[in-house]
Amino acid sequence: MLKGSAKRAAVAPYVIWSALFVIIPILLVIYYSLTMETDGKLVFSWANYARAFQPTYIDVMLRSGRLALISTAACLLIGYPVAYIMASREFENRSFLLFLFLVPMWMNFLLRTYSWLALLENNGILNTFLSGIGLPKLALLYTNKAVVLGMVYNFLPFMILPIYTVLKKMDHSLIEAAQDLGADSRNVFFRLVLPLSTPGVISGITMVFMPAVTTFIISDLLGGSKSMLIGNLIEQQFMKVSDWNFGSAMSMILMGVVLVLFTVFTMVDKDGEGGALY
Amino acid sequence: MGERLIDLIDVCKVFGQTTVLNHINLFIVKNKFLTLLGPSGCGKTTTLRIIGGFETPTAGDLLFEGKSILNLPPHKRKVNTVFQRYALFPNMNVADNIAFGLRIKKVKADVINGKVNEMLRLVNLRGFGKRPVASLSGGQQQRVAIARALVNEPEVLLLDEPLGALDLKLRKEMQIELKNMQQKLGITFVYVTHDQEEALTMSDTVAVMNAGEIQQIGAPEDIYNEPKNAFVANFIGESNILGGVMPEDYRVVFAGNTFECVDRGFEKDEEVDVVIRPEDVRIVESGKGQLTGIVRTVIFKGVHYEMLIDMKNGDFEFLWKAHSTVMSEKGSAVGMVIAPDLIHVMRK
Repeated sequence: MLKGSAKRAAVAPYVIWSALFVIIPILLVIYYSLTMETDGKLVFSWANYARAFQPTYIDVMLRSGRLALISTAACLLIGYPVAYIMASREFENRSFLLFLFLVPMWMNFLLRTYSWLALLENNGILNTFLSGIGLPKLALLYTNKAVVLGMVYNFLPFMILPIYTVLKKMDHSLIEAAQDLGADSRNVFFRLVLPLSTPGVISGITMVFMPAVTTFIISDLLGGSKSMLIGNLIEQQFMKVSDWNFGSAMSMILMGVVLVLFTVFTMVDKDGEGGALY
Repeated sequence: MGERLIDLIDVCKVFGQTTVLNHINLFIVKNKFLTLLGPSGCGKTTTLRIIGGFETPTAGDLLFEGKSILNLPPHKRKVNTVFQRYALFPNMNVADNIAFGLRIKKVKADVINGKVNEMLRLVNLRGFGKRPVASLSGGQQQRVAIARALVNEPEVLLLDEPLGALDLKLRKEMQIELKNMQQKLGITFVYVTHDQEEALTMSDTVAVMNAGEIQQIGAPEDIYNEPKNAFVANFIGESNILGGVMPEDYRVVFAGNTFECVDRGFEKDEEVDVVIRPEDVRIVESGKGQLTGIVRTVIFKGVHYEMLIDMKNGDFEFLWKAHSTVMSEKGSAVGMVIAPDLIHVMRK
């Protein structure tokens, strides 16, 4: 064991790292969010926050929340059965299926999302195929549906993995004990497997919802101008409008919302199981 | 003899290349305590899992009250299991664990409450209902596992080394408690253990298994006193096992001497195994016994001294295990006497 002073010395690099790259940037963002540029000088003001609560921006936030929620629910509905099948004892191609779900993650995120462009475009692969078999073309790209599709596609592994981990770790004799006590497969699932896998489900929800609510690349590429999300809004403030103050205020609000949600989730997941990646 | 409840007929089980069970024939009598005893890997747990429905035999049949139940899934069988590591549900408290089976049968809540409390009383865990199972000690978890199985009033209770994880003192207490429970409730117990003392203490019938085969079935006394072969003799209690020859009825030659015995019906000069329990070797003064040897080690065991006696008789050399309440000096010469009825002669 390290002594007290040695321990403190060992911690120092991490303290410096966090100060430089976490705390100072956040303080800067807070500073920007609470100031306005008037006559070339920065003066204290709540105006940025007030502006964020205008109906237009509230709409953007609600839309972001809604799409992230739909994506998370879809990931859960698709991901749980996949994790369940992979974790079941009879399933033999476990590593191959896991491999299939992980391979896309080795590819660049942007590239993966671009490939959906090629698939969904008006003259893309899907529509070419549809018209090829004599069906009308569909306007798939630049809709909310396309954004949800992109989110589900990109974040599904984050739902599958924690649920799979929890299910895989589950003691098989528990399931045998439940069967022994008269539980058919439905009862085994709802009374035992599902409750025991909640830590994984909560981790999965957290790990999908958080990136989904903050993403701007997916909505940028697949959503077009109609479905602007909070991520896009913030990006615009910094990259296009150059209103760093308003952008900072929006960032702080988003961070606050994520923080509250995260706290709630961790409180529910009191066992701290589920192999969270965060 | 009581009514046959479960019949295993010519049951075989093969996992890949390994034969785990080789033509097991066994019947289980209603309201009796049957123990499957054997070293690890002998197939006793597999036999239990076949009865519970968690394994399907490769060949053979399993009858319950005369009807085959091989196609019946575990949740429809009238047996309940106490698992080796208890397998308590970690997401439920003690009472919910015990109530699990009844809730599935949709028993009314007040009836469930009554039965759960009755069970908690039976296993001496009154007031523990609301506790999470993880907070209980090994012995307490064990009791919850038993209560969880018994509350369903099964016809047969299967127990897979249920006391294996407990310390010696607790194990002895639980042995007596389990036996009492079995007699009080009148439930058929099928008990799996590798502990021969446990098997002898608790059972009405013991089936000794080795390498996927049943070696001997019988009452504990018979198994101990009349082991059928060298494996049983060696596994149940300690033994001196020697090769011998039967020149005629009631006469056996081993260790370079001829002894009187009570066995007959062997062919002339048939080669046999001779088994003598250490407590059946009587130590006498040197020169006054049938055999003579030098005491090599003496270990105090509480009630008796355990001795290893090095015997040489011509070319024949053997290290005898003997128990005696009288101590002999290490290195001293002693005589040994074996009474005719304490010599067990077995066919090779």
